[in-house]
Amino acid sequence: VCIHRVRSCSSIRFIKSKYVCVFDKSALKFSHQQRLFRTSPVSCGQIVQFKLSDIGEGITEVTVKEWYIKEGDSVSQFDSICEVQSDKASVTITSRYDGVIRKLHYSIDDIAFVGKPLVDIEIDPSKGVSPEEDVVETPPMSHEEHTHQEIKGHKTLATPAVRRLAMENNIKLSEVVGTGKDNRILKEDILNYLAKQTGAILPPSPKAEIVPPVRKTEAVPAAPKDKARRVPVPVSRPIAFSGKDRTEPVTGFQKAMVKTMSAALKIPHFGYSDEIDLTQLVQLREELKPLAEIRGVKLSFMPFFIKAASLGLLQYPILNASLDENCQNVTYKASHNIGVAMDTEQGLIVPNVKNVQVCSVFDIAVELNRLQSLGSAGQLGTSDLTGGTFTLSNIGTIGGTYAKPVILPPEVAIGALGKIQVLPRFNGRGEVFKAQIMNVSWSADHRIIDGATMARFSNLWKSYLESPASMLLDLK
Amino acid sequence: MVLQSLKNCLWLSCVLRTPKACFWSTASGGLIIQSVSNDVYQNLAVEDWIHDHMDLEKQQILFLWRNSPAVVVGRHQNPWQECNLRLLRQKNIKLARRRSGGGTVYHDLGNINLTFFTTRKKYERMGNLKLVVKALKALRPQLDVHVTDRYDILLNKQYKISGTAAKLGRTSAYHHCTLLCNADKFVLSSVLKSPYKGLKSNATPSVPASVKNLFEEDASLTSEILLDAIAKEYAVQHQIDHHITLINPADETLLPGISSKTKELQTWEWVYGKTPKFSISTCLNMAYKGSILDIKVNMDVKHGRIEACNIDLPEQWLPSGLHSELVRSLTGSKFCPNEITTLVTTLLKVCPQDDELHSRWSLLCENMIRLM
Repeated sequence: VCIHRVRSCSSIRFIKSKYVCVFDKSALKFSHQQRLFRTSPVSCGQIVQFKLSDIGEGITEVTVKEWYIKEGDSVSQFDSICEVQSDKASVTITSRYDGVIRKLHYSIDDIAFVGKPLVDIEIDPSKGVSPEEDVVETPPMSHEEHTHQEIKGHKTLATPAVRRLAMENNIKLSEVVGTGKDNRILKEDILNYLAKQTGAILPPSPKAEIVPPVRKTEAVPAAPKDKARRVPVPVSRPIAFSGKDRTEPVTGFQKAMVKTMSAALKIPHFGYSDEIDLTQLVQLREELKPLAEIRGVKLSFMPFFIKAASLGLLQYPILNASLDENCQNVTYKASHNIGVAMDTEQGLIVPNVKNVQVCSVFDIAVELNRLQSLGSAGQLGTSDLTGGTFTLSNIGTIGGTYAKPVILPPEVAIGALGKIQVLPRFNGRGEVFKAQIMNVSWSADHRIIDGATMARFSNLWKSYLESPASMLLDLK
Repeated sequence: MVLQSLKNCLWLSCVLRTPKACFWSTASGGLIIQSVSNDVYQNLAVEDWIHDHMDLEKQQILFLWRNSPAVVVGRHQNPWQECNLRLLRQKNIKLARRRSGGGTVYHDLGNINLTFFTTRKKYERMGNLKLVVKALKALRPQLDVHVTDRYDILLNKQYKISGTAAKLGRTSAYHHCTLLCNADKFVLSSVLKSPYKGLKSNATPSVPASVKNLFEEDASLTSEILLDAIAKEYAVQHQIDHHITLINPADETLLPGISSKTKELQTWEWVYGKTPKFSISTCLNMAYKGSILDIKVNMDVKHGRIEACNIDLPEQWLPSGLHSELVRSLTGSKFCPNEITTLVTTLLKVCPQDDELHSRWSLLCENMIRLM
């Protein structure tokens, strides 16, 4: 890259020691933090000391509380520079100039004085005397582009922020008509230019329509001159898109997901799905809902699903077990602590209802209500989130039918419930009736669970839900 | 500059379309508005909106508002240092961070908030507070209220009934203050007491004071009466009609962009993330199997996230792999009980299923989470 740079700068004066001396020591100190380009052909910007202006009420000193910029950043006039505090008043200090921050005179919590320098700004030399250079950033456009402009003596006036915007979008400043003072190119001009390129719809600008000048490098269609209309020709220029990738560290809930799922990967999953006719259960719930409400509890379908699962686990306890790390021992858990996957603002959490084997459907509903309100308030405790032995995920509340749920270690099975749909089905007499159908998708650990066990458990669970009265026979 | 005038144009064009055209009329030198909302975030957003969008050259504004229970910390304060976050969560009291400086206050419907909007040049707190005192004295001449040089208003020269804070921007400024009419002093004192020990920070500390409600001095005073009296005095001093215009902070047509301002004020990044860097150096006293363990914990928190963390456990109390895994997980995470709870419970799931280990882990983690 450096070599390339030197080549393209052949027509520009190389840096000589006298240019280095032009900068005061503080600027030179920081130039090495930026990329090498900066120390090459100079912009003889004047360094201005931006003093802390009067706060009012006779205040002479303030405490610097937060910097919004750092040394080397470009600023435009009116950009926020820092936040200072004085005696219960928080003041936002904004820049008076366009330019580049060269020095911060204070650190956080220092006392700053009114009338004394706050930052040093290298003013954008927009009076057009010296060749203009974009500073600090690696231009996506080749350097030839920029130097080409300068060699032609074409001086484009624009603030560093506007230059950056142009650079990001591979726009040649020479091709944009500036509508600011002295034909200065403003941000609006770049946006209008972009709009013309992409056909994007931008909010109406108060300025007059800008007609882009004829582009010399663009392929001009060889259309016959007698044609009234020009045939649109694909432009060689890439489509401008000013979005940027954003990288963030994985923390918090995502970190937890990464850990869980990485561990789950080690489990060989197999799936088993089925369709459940909930017509009778829907009816039953309608009857019981008001009773529960009287007792101050919201009754959904989940308590039934959970209780039925627990009854099934009594018959097939291996689904409520845990395999140790070396796959040497299987621990059959006595308690049925059935986890319920919840979607919160922050992400997925799975609190569990403890000891479902000794809870009534109503008890489960009460506990679910408690977990749900704590979950949405972000106040679940560690005991609510640990000790789970089996999980149900009601993804159907969001949507979907069949799913492929991932087992949450150290458990060995999980069920995903799809949404309840009204579908036509045939009854025993061969007649079509309206059925309330829900799909269930189970995943189990194939190291200790076989397909037949999963299928039988599912059938039992299904039979309890399809004829809820049968649950009464086996309730403990 | 362009952007500011563009916003005003956009805004004005909205105004002219709506029947509320006379609302923001610039005919008079002042405007008195009152919020119909008791949501602290919505009301703070209104302040931001007026500060950013209104031209206060010709017209100053007085904004009256009240909030349902909330604790409001100053711009550069540390919520952990200032209030009992555990209690706030339990009682469902909101926590907000305002953009002005100053200390922490408790708001409920028995407290009224007054915001005086002016241009930067006309910013003058003493005058505003003297206006309030004048209004109170006009209402009840026997009230002993006066303004101190710390911009507090004291009742009977002893009890603080009002605290002040201010925000200055490039062209506009606002000064807001509270006024205790009939707030719940019991809740106030319990939420404003921090239980967190070992915190070291350069955040602005609050100065605790004895407070009293005006209602306790004169039982005939209510928030409504006080609001009205202050509005009246403002009207007199600004030579405008004694007319209070109601505004709805959820009205996006009247206040374009207000909902995104409201949302921003509610983000974790703003409320907790703007806390200046601080460190915690404390000792967890854990009762385990008949003995007490003293575990030294050190943490550095920056932008509300744990930057560095050190837990001094007895040798082999936890398998060393797990100990370092815990520290690794904590680093970079939000200093937030919800997030840490999720992380530590997940970590537990992927380690050996040993009851002893589990109980030690749970004990340690619960104690760690109590620090948040």
